[in-house]
Amino acid sequence: MAAIYEKELDSQLNGLTGYVYGALMLLFGGIYVMAIHLQGSIDFTTVLGSLTFIYLPGIPLLTMRSVAEERHQKTDQLLYSLPMSMTKIVLGKYLALVTVMAMPLAVLCLYPPIVNGMATSGAIPLKAAYGAMAGFFFLGMALAAIGLFISSLMESVGLAAGACFLVMLLLYFLSPLTSYVSSSALTSLLAFAVLALLLGIILWRMTRNPGFALAFSLALEGGLGVCYALWPGKFGGLFADVLGQLAVFDRFDSFTYDIFDIRSLVYYVTVAAVFVFLTVQSMERRRWAS
Amino acid sequence: MIEVSHLTKRYGGRTAVEDLTFTVESGVVYGFLGPNGAGKSTTMNILAGCLAATEGKVTIDGFDIFDQPVKAKAKVGYLPEQPPLYTGMTVREYLSFVARAKGVRIPALEKELDRVLAVTGTVEVADRLIRNLSKGFRQRVGIAQALLADPSVVILDEPTVGLDPLQIVEIRQLIRSLGKDRTVILSTHILSEVQTVCDKVLMIHKGRLVASGTLAELEEQFAGRATYHITAKAGVLEAREALEPVPGVLEVTAREDGAGRCRLEVSVAGQAQDMDERLSFALSDRRIPVLRLEREQASLEDVFLALTQEADDPAADSPVEAGKGGRHHGGHL
Repeated sequence: MAAIYEKELDSQLNGLTGYVYGALMLLFGGIYVMAIHLQGSIDFTTVLGSLTFIYLPGIPLLTMRSVAEERHQKTDQLLYSLPMSMTKIVLGKYLALVTVMAMPLAVLCLYPPIVNGMATSGAIPLKAAYGAMAGFFFLGMALAAIGLFISSLMESVGLAAGACFLVMLLLYFLSPLTSYVSSSALTSLLAFAVLALLLGIILWRMTRNPGFALAFSLALEGGLGVCYALWPGKFGGLFADVLGQLAVFDRFDSFTYDIFDIRSLVYYVTVAAVFVFLTVQSMERRRWAS
Repeated sequence: MIEVSHLTKRYGGRTAVEDLTFTVESGVVYGFLGPNGAGKSTTMNILAGCLAATEGKVTIDGFDIFDQPVKAKAKVGYLPEQPPLYTGMTVREYLSFVARAKGVRIPALEKELDRVLAVTGTVEVADRLIRNLSKGFRQRVGIAQALLADPSVVILDEPTVGLDPLQIVEIRQLIRSLGKDRTVILSTHILSEVQTVCDKVLMIHKGRLVASGTLAELEEQFAGRATYHITAKAGVLEAREALEPVPGVLEVTAREDGAGRCRLEVSVAGQAQDMDERLSFALSDRRIPVLRLEREQASLEDVFLALTQEADDPAADSPVEAGKGGRHHGGHL
């Protein structure tokens, strides 16, 4: 695993992507910190709250190559032939991504004490600042796992970047979008029906088995129909609720109110674990039908 | 040693490999021969653990590639059809990555790198970026990668495709030298490659094994008839009378060559044994001096064509193992 980790880290740091990501984080981090300092504010957490939007271009940038590039260059053949489990290979890749993401954050961690040293009035509360920093990092971990998974579904780097950016955009604006979702039971049903179809398409991309994907999709749709027929009342507002649960970015909001929310960290770790697991599965599927 | 039994691979509705069974012995260079699309790459991918089989079993030195993949794969070095190279790395960086991923410890790393660089003749390009290397050198780096961590089996998928003639000769020499102390399996659709490099041949056609054995065995077994060119100091009639009764002789054509000599072309059944001796004894029994006696071998090409055409015929479906009593092929060609 160490070999994969080092190789991935090297390829991020030998190419531009790692640096562009770091530069974006530090540039905007610096601008925001300066802005609050000039205003005489001591609210470092809002800086991080604003910085989450850097993840929109940043995550696709970092993750797009992870698997799609290997597939494109046919170097994935080497990975498959290594005497190493696929879990270790994917974990090596994932940990390298997380390391690259941690680098600019380590620099950002220096800002609060620096600002405090220069401040004439008031100081940034360090506990809240570093708590929010942890939340920001864990949010990045969850998003990186999603990006890695998207990369593992794609054949080309460009496609992986595009798809990943769209997903990030969707996640970022999920909660404002949720408020537009009608809370009627029928809309919920339709929305779930579309989701079931999307899930079928993802499954088809992963397994290359249209029959199985179609059967899965149809079974889901059938289940939805039955549930709706039995308990139509439960569907009211359900889709909006589910969307709210999926709003990865919104979980970070509590940190900007100086609340260190352990549940959010657990949520992020869970999301990361699920998507790393899915990436391993997606890679293993290729062994069956490449 | 590799044991493959009843290996089948289907992609959706298409069968790429069907019921393949064979054993690969240690310390031998095997040629995996078949036309394009015969299922060579699929089989090699399965042997290297890159692809799962639909049915069947593969064991490498006793480890099942599907049940104990990590242990089995540690025994195998694999060069896929397209060398899996990270072109942004230098040769040394790339090889040290692969070596570490294969579990070579850091204290032994430098020595292992120097070993494979020397064996594959890539010392001079060790510090160059792979993307700047010629195709021949890339192929060598691909082979070097397969040799890391000293695998007992080396699998090379079409290692000479796309190289220039000089590079082909060099790579073939390299493969031969590899075969001295380990098992090498290489796939190819080029017959001459098998003839120059391999000890044994596995012939595959439409996903089925159609023949296996050493080159000589295959050629003898599958040539419908072989031809002897004989020059003897005798008259045409006399020579005919001597040779026609010999068992195994199918046809004798003769013509005068002047100066009391005649030239004979003797067709014999392909599987007839010891024909060289029988023919020369038949002539010397009649005190006819033999000036020249030469056997014209049926080429591997003939064998290959015969077998692939035969495999298209649905009646013929059992693979034939040369040297262990193949089917009767007399008069096939």
